[in-house]
Amino acid sequence: MKFGIVVNEGPYTHQASDSAYHFAEAALRAGHEIVRVFFYHDGVNNGTRLSVPPQDDRNISERWSALATDKGVELILCVAAAQRRGILDADEAKRAGKDADNMSRGFQISGLGQLIDAGIQADRLIVFGD
Amino acid sequence: MASKRFLYVNRKAPHGTIYALESLEVVLIGAAFEQDVSLAFIDDGVYQLMRNQDTAAIGSKNFSPTFRALGDYDVSKIYVEHESLEMRGLSKDDLMPLTYEDEDDDWAEKDSIHVVSSAELAEIIEQQDVILDF
Repeated sequence: MKFGIVVNEGPYTHQASDSAYHFAEAALRAGHEIVRVFFYHDGVNNGTRLSVPPQDDRNISERWSALATDKGVELILCVAAAQRRGILDADEAKRAGKDADNMSRGFQISGLGQLIDAGIQADRLIVFGD
Repeated sequence: MASKRFLYVNRKAPHGTIYALESLEVVLIGAAFEQDVSLAFIDDGVYQLMRNQDTAAIGSKNFSPTFRALGDYDVSKIYVEHESLEMRGLSKDDLMPLTYEDEDDDWAEKDSIHVVSSAELAEIIEQQDVILDF
């Protein structure tokens, strides 16, 4: 089956991101396809590479990045939601005249159309949020 | 590809959290994809459609006028749960009028808002392909 995944909450405060990650991993392990993981609302905070969790805790951002680089899963941050919350890739930072960018490897910034497209392409769109 | 039935379920008050505003942004972008779109308002979500909203005192953007543009985006199926209104002492008269022009009926202006029971809404939800809830 083809799954689309939506993550609507940030890391650590809320379990939504953990649950989404575990779901994605289990789906891949069971031979399913992940069309895309779309991060919206505070979910875009999963895409910062500047998070420094304690060493005995999971690194949520790193874990997502690995899913992209090792398993080829597409991770999309909503551009409008990300800009509001200060999650920028190098291009966005330059365009906005900021002195730094902070997006993790494996993530991409794109528009809300990618969320609708995931709903169209996937057999099931699973939303993780509050 | 045949279009899918998308339902946006709005459950939260217009202010206090950003969900309502960012939900509306998805609806507006999604309208360009020519899918079959419906909106549902339940729980505190019914407050999103209140008339005469004024956010000056909280310094947040009053995005409620944007709902009136939905008809122009061919979003004309707006379901408001009766029980959610009643529980909050509200009726349809407390909501802003939302209309669309029906191209199959000589562009007659029609009401987009349908107040439905919880049971009717359950049936509407059952008919959908994609449900995004905010």
